Amino acid sequence: MKGAGRLYAAVAAGGFRRYATYRVATAAGVFTNTVFGMILAYTYIALWDERPGLGGYDQAQAVTYVWVGQGLLSVVAVMGGGFEDELIERIRTGDIAIDLYRPADLQLWWLAADAGRAGFQLLGRGVLPMVLGGLVFRLALPGDAGTWAAFLGAVLLGVLVSFAIRYLVALAAFWFMDGAGVQQLAVLAGLFFSGMTLPLNVFPGALGELARVLPWSSLIQVPADVLLGERTGWALLRTYAFQAAWAAGLLALGRLIQSAATRRVVVQGG
Amino acid sequence: MADRQQQRQRQRQGAPSPGFERVGRSRLMDGLRAYRLIAWMWVRSTMAYRASFAMTLLGNFAGTALDFVAILLMFSRVDELGGYGLGEVAFLYGLSSAAFGLTDLALGSMDRLGGRVRDGTLDTLLVRPAPVLAQVAADRFALRRLGRITQGLLVLGYALTVVDIAWTPVKVLLMPVMLVSGAAIFGAVFVAGGAFQFVAQDASQVQNSFTYGGTTLLQYPPTVFAKELVRGVTFVLPLAFVNWLPALYVLGLPYPLDLPQWVAFLPPLVAAGCCALSGLAWRAGLRSYRSTGS
Repeated sequence: MKGAGRLYAAVAAGGFRRYATYRVATAAGVFTNTVFGMILAYTYIALWDERPGLGGYDQAQAVTYVWVGQGLLSVVAVMGGGFEDELIERIRTGDIAIDLYRPADLQLWWLAADAGRAGFQLLGRGVLPMVLGGLVFRLALPGDAGTWAAFLGAVLLGVLVSFAIRYLVALAAFWFMDGAGVQQLAVLAGLFFSGMTLPLNVFPGALGELARVLPWSSLIQVPADVLLGERTGWALLRTYAFQAAWAAGLLALGRLIQSAATRRVVVQGG
Repeated sequence: MADRQQQRQRQRQGAPSPGFERVGRSRLMDGLRAYRLIAWMWVRSTMAYRASFAMTLLGNFAGTALDFVAILLMFSRVDELGGYGLGEVAFLYGLSSAAFGLTDLALGSMDRLGGRVRDGTLDTLLVRPAPVLAQVAADRFALRRLGRITQGLLVLGYALTVVDIAWTPVKVLLMPVMLVSGAAIFGAVFVAGGAFQFVAQDASQVQNSFTYGGTTLLQYPPTVFAKELVRGVTFVLPLAFVNWLPALYVLGLPYPLDLPQWVAFLPPLVAAGCCALSGLAWRAGLRSYRSTGS
């Protein structure tokens, strides 16, 4: 057990280092996040000028929401682009057969690698856009360490949910061979239902209620709400329970589908 | 035969100056021909998997429609954004999206250049007897990008039915001019971004902030943004000429920054200037290319 823990820790560290290697790409990503953050922040200011208190946020909270979203975009991989491209490619080429022989759990292996990636993205691409946004706009950031710690907890659970969803997306390649269509669908759902396009509490009526209970809300909306001080005390625990339930459910579903897929897997080539 | 003639005509119009006419003409012809051949090859290859193509086309359409859904959701809560109604925002959105869609269809794969520089596959393009720009631009030509153009035009059509515009012949003429010039301005940004990737290979994302970021910016009214930002996209990176300035003239709305009214007719000139500059940048970038050598 201790050996296994060391193995996955090493895989996670590898994931971290791998993404840390591309410094120019990271800088370019920060730049892009900042530009989009600027554009969105101005549109949100106009929106909240028109309807102060929309969705229960004041203007400073709305602008902060924008920068939390830009900071987390790559961390919770709303647009995909993490491990799943690689896993899909291995399923398509049949290399997955070798992975299934390895004395390591497939799901845990990729989870460890993705956790390493998320850890780097949080430091490398999460912090700077927020700081730059704070230089231009007045942000409603919490002053106490407790809220920041609660936020990190929500981000951690968000990464888990994000991984669980993308693992399912990748496994679809066992049936479709070409994962592009499913991946594209997943990105669309992610962008819309995570709260990246617009905060979910601004969504009208039933659409809003639906969006808030879907797993994607764990990626952006929930962590942002925690940072903005909208979830404290029991509400915070309920929030964690919501995220953890989705994570556990989707991870379990992933294992189930994985075992079904590996029973029917036909390795291509000779 | 007719095709030939058309092509020749195109070259004549595209020739930069009398002195360069001979060389310029044949280079341009080479480029267009190579572009057409490569693009057609990619179209045929995509059409081998029709179901997959239909899915990605739909995905492209839905993906770009998402921005507009966000705007619709905003307007479900407010009547105006920065003093603009939904119809007027839809007008700006449609123009920005359609113009960008045209560029994205023609040059959408330019951001793959950095990858080619890094892994050395650009060398293959250099030894082929066709202009590199045409080869890079046509690389992975994707008809699915028609989805974005369609979506933009649909929103534009919707806007035209809801917004009251006092049409004049000049305004009618300005519409197609705006779309083509706008696409050319975005095209210049794509090519300049490509040139930048010769220097910073992993930085293809920077290009996205000016292309995708630019079209997102232009989807919203200029009154929403800070004066300095509007100044920046008017005088430094002249994205405002894609739709803001000419569209405000058509809509009969006041200009940002107190600009005179005739700036509405500048887009073709601005586009020509941008294309010339980005052409120079591309040359400089290509000259600075050093192969990875392995």
